[in-house]
Amino acid sequence: MYFGLSEEQVMIQDSFRGALERAVTLDTIRAVATGETGLDDSLWEELSQLGMPALLISEEFGGAGLSMLEAAVVAQELGRHAAPVPFVGTAVMATLTLNLCGSEAQKSNWLPKMAAGNCKIGVGIGNVASGARRGAAVSVSEKGLSGEIPFVIDAAGANAFLVSDQAGNLYLLNSAAAGLSVSLSPTIDGTNPLGHLTLNNVSVNRLENASAGSLDRIINAGRIALAAQTLGAGEEMLRRAVAYAKERKQFDRVIGSFQAVKHMCAEMAAQLQPCQSLVWYAAYAHDVLPEEASLSTLLAKSRLDDVGRMVARTATEVHGSMGYTDLMGLHFWFKRIGFNRAQLGGPEKLRQEAAELQGLV
Amino acid sequence: MDLRDSAEHQKFREEVRKFLKDFKDQAPEETAHTFRLSPRPYTQQVKDWQKLLVERGYACRNVPKEYGGFGAAPDILKNKIIADEFFAADMPQGLYGQGISMLVPTLLEHGTEEQKQAWIEPTINGEIMWCQGYSEPNSGSDLASLQTNAIVDGDDFLINGSKIWTSSAHIAPMIFCLVRTEPDASKYQGISYMIFSMDTPGIEVRPLQTMTGHPSFNEVFFTDVRVPQTAVVGGRGKGWKVANSTLKHERGMLSNANASQERLNKIARILKEETVDGRPLFKNRILRDRFIDLQSQVQGMRLHEMRLLTNAERGNAPGLGDMVCKLLGCEINHQLDALAIDALGEIGILYDGIPSVQEDGIWQQWFMYDLGLIIGGGTAQIQKNIIAERGLDMPREPRAVAG
Repeated sequence: MYFGLSEEQVMIQDSFRGALERAVTLDTIRAVATGETGLDDSLWEELSQLGMPALLISEEFGGAGLSMLEAAVVAQELGRHAAPVPFVGTAVMATLTLNLCGSEAQKSNWLPKMAAGNCKIGVGIGNVASGARRGAAVSVSEKGLSGEIPFVIDAAGANAFLVSDQAGNLYLLNSAAAGLSVSLSPTIDGTNPLGHLTLNNVSVNRLENASAGSLDRIINAGRIALAAQTLGAGEEMLRRAVAYAKERKQFDRVIGSFQAVKHMCAEMAAQLQPCQSLVWYAAYAHDVLPEEASLSTLLAKSRLDDVGRMVARTATEVHGSMGYTDLMGLHFWFKRIGFNRAQLGGPEKLRQEAAELQGLV
Repeated sequence: MDLRDSAEHQKFREEVRKFLKDFKDQAPEETAHTFRLSPRPYTQQVKDWQKLLVERGYACRNVPKEYGGFGAAPDILKNKIIADEFFAADMPQGLYGQGISMLVPTLLEHGTEEQKQAWIEPTINGEIMWCQGYSEPNSGSDLASLQTNAIVDGDDFLINGSKIWTSSAHIAPMIFCLVRTEPDASKYQGISYMIFSMDTPGIEVRPLQTMTGHPSFNEVFFTDVRVPQTAVVGGRGKGWKVANSTLKHERGMLSNANASQERLNKIARILKEETVDGRPLFKNRILRDRFIDLQSQVQGMRLHEMRLLTNAERGNAPGLGDMVCKLLGCEINHQLDALAIDALGEIGILYDGIPSVQEDGIWQQWFMYDLGLIIGGGTAQIQKNIIAERGLDMPREPRAVAG
């Protein structure tokens, strides 16, 4: 038995951590958050060269052929750096969807371009992952797909979209398709706008090879990646809080020597510790323990959503008023954690699903 | 990540399973936990079971053969397999308690050959119970300020002072105790760790009634208690260091995710089987939400322990991950007790001696006892100091007394 990362996985972690430390500064994040496009093309380019969009794509299509655990490792590093790049939708959920449900033609059409970083796919399956809100609905006829699909992840700069109808059927549509209009809505996380699709008889490719359970696997993968991002973001907020508390002086003492402050940091550290194991295990289960995959994912994301919120709030408080300002940029992590919580089901929804899964309803 | 057993561990797991099947009839009803809740001498059946487990290497398996143990090479995964298989089979595991879990590792690390020969074997077999004389009325979280003192008198020490919160002192024949022997040395350098008999003249034990209604700890008074100088473990004035290694073992003992999992399973049964207005309790969405929330925390601790196991197996020094276990484990258990009590409504407030209440778990007693554990063995607040200062490298609280 070995519970932890392999040497190769630690290398992947190190290489992404190093690259993100160099490439993502507060200025980078701020530029995306205040920019028009919601994207940083050079950062995307750099991370594509490092293999970020290719992680889950098989070698046959130019990918790295890795598994969910590696994707979770990368997601955690992206969260740690509040990296303003598309990942959960395009690199995790869309690639996995093509792997699981795509025809050979669909795979060879999309996956090589995605692996090279030349194509991004936005994902709009919130209607089946977290529930349809405010009249979100699509209808299918022989002319195509019509309706409204709000809250599309990684919609900024997407070349195509993966969407679902209420029955959970999955479709790919080209962003330039006739009858499709796309708008971006700003979110609390300025680096993560959500797309809104309005469809009027848009011709689509149905992903025909979906089998029972594939939609669950796709949603699970997205949830694991979100939980891993929140974990990385939470760890970074704790690190910053501790560093600040060791520097800032009041009453002739660094504030980190006061128990009131120390205990806030200890509480964050304590709650975060088991979260690492929850995330790794959910990813591992996704890869090799299919019977445990859904439950361990639900437990991991619901817990990370709650611990993430506590850490985001507490780390901000340790910074005092500085934490509340824009100057330190701590709020970018706070907002990423808030964004992740609401994506693909918040904790109450996930716990409800976990109860259903175990027959507790 | 690879959570499968190696061939050797798979074989070992099968051996444990076979043992549990073959010896099911000999297992006692009572477990180490029930003895901890209300301390009393071990029954013969419990001692026989313990002796069998020690012989087979399913308890104290790493204690060397020359001291009565099984002498297995350290293999933390085998210890985990034993714990998990006993848990899965719902069979009582080896005893734990102050003697086995705290004194024995301390003697192995710091004891003289004579001390090891004398005390380890009867302790691991459950024949000798120990109590721990650490806290004093004025020395709780600030343990090193303790004032119970010993002065040299010929070949002996004469001990005067008092201890408090001494679990099992009313039944234990032996005590390990912290005593100030070097009054001129600094706070931390003046303490010695001693072991001696509770039958020594001059010792008075007064049981302290606790909020659970079950006496589990005591006040102990020492008046000119004569103890040979050979009672010191680890050298005069070295007691603080020795005690810290003991406390480390205590903190490990106070968290155990399998025990939390067992309570969670009990609560799941309650939610399925108990009804209100003819509907099962789990139809209540709020109880269900609290249950799943705690399930995620228990799962987190179970997996966290596995991660720590791998760390330990790789020879990495304990770190932040180990320091959080007592704080988190005790808190989760207390929340589990609270959920069970809330789910049971009026049934949940019935107390001692009602058979139907005992079957579902003695939740009110646990609820209070676990609050005791949040406070004891280093309060939650002391744990947070340790996490912050040692785990996060934050500055220490300025010390009132130089040490």
